[in-house]
Amino acid sequence: MAQLYDRYSSVVYAVALRVLGDTGAAEDVLQEVFLQLWRKPSAFDAARGSLASWLAVITRNRAIDTLRRRRPETDIEDVIVSVVPDLAAEAERSRASEKVRGVMGSMAPAQRGALEMAYWQGMSHSEIAEKTGEPLGTVKTRIRSGLIALRKAFQT
Amino acid sequence: MNEHEQIADDLALYALDALSGEDRSRVEGHLSECASCRQELEFLRGDAALLALSTAGPRPPQRARTRLLEAVAREPRVPRVIETRSRRSWWGVLGWAMAAAVVVFALSLWRENATLRATLASASARAAENARDMEELRKIAAPILEPSSQRVTLVSTKTPPQPQGKAFYLRNRASLVFLANNMPPLPPQKVYELWLIPTSGAPVPAGVFKPDAHGNASVVNPPLPASAEAKAFAITVENESGSATPTMPIVMMGAGE
Repeated sequence: MAQLYDRYSSVVYAVALRVLGDTGAAEDVLQEVFLQLWRKPSAFDAARGSLASWLAVITRNRAIDTLRRRRPETDIEDVIVSVVPDLAAEAERSRASEKVRGVMGSMAPAQRGALEMAYWQGMSHSEIAEKTGEPLGTVKTRIRSGLIALRKAFQT
Repeated sequence: MNEHEQIADDLALYALDALSGEDRSRVEGHLSECASCRQELEFLRGDAALLALSTAGPRPPQRARTRLLEAVAREPRVPRVIETRSRRSWWGVLGWAMAAAVVVFALSLWRENATLRATLASASARAAENARDMEELRKIAAPILEPSSQRVTLVSTKTPPQPQGKAFYLRNRASLVFLANNMPPLPPQKVYELWLIPTSGAPVPAGVFKPDAHGNASVVNPPLPASAEAKAFAITVENESGSATPTMPIVMMGAGE
């Protein structure tokens, strides 16, 4: 566990901190995520993707749940993640990081905004529509094509 | 528009947990029946994970690590080992050198982390397929890992204990385990640095280490270039952060046996 923690704690903490903006709360999420993994290591399926990506998804979901002030709803066993590139190593992660920032940078501001609101602030589609004044259908399409744009950037 | 297309946009939102109410139940209903959408959901979550991985941030405070390891030590059951590479047996995939590396790693954390013993025990149990290798490994591991075993360093009766190091190097896996004993202590800002001396080219840094109170030290699987052919290994004394090139003098050296 110490080795896993040393390798992946910075990813988990960074995601939790970005969502919650509070180091204490981020630490709590960090604890919960690793403890959950310790208790149920079988929840992670190595054949499908990298542990880093899976941890990132779990962490973000937990952090969003905390942000919304609910009990964590996502049981880690429900979460299956398939990722095309192998992002196990630190070097690959930072290359991927650069790439993602590039894609986000070249996205239209409205699209980037919608994606960030949904992802980092845990806003629902209706909340986003209300905040931006855009129709629901537009918000949905924006978010989906945003995710596909990220996927495409890693497929070439 | 067929149901799939209608679901497609909603699926992305569902992956981000940004869908609620009727839309959400409709998607969940569809997912229970549609394998291709379930797979697409996995991919969408993966895409979203890319967003998460793009965060750079401060490292968590040290106390979080301590807190976690203590909480883990308090957990009642012995958990199974998490495989991050393949589904095959841990020992089988790793091979001999890595197995030795695990033993050394366990040794170095022995005093601090009793749960490592449990993990090692459960890993041993899971590798029953490689019974013969495991038997060998147990024979080797037992005297090293058992706290009750006696540790003796044998030295020539005429001279004081000499520093000694042994390097185990598996070239095709770029896998290196190094064990040292009787290493003299170093002042605070200095470390020993291990070097792989290739058959051609400059010495390759192979990890830094400081001996413990008993003069023992180890280096386990430092990052190494693939397939470096080692003519010899050497040790120098460097500043705390290590060095890219060796600083003379060479304090220890050995060539292959």
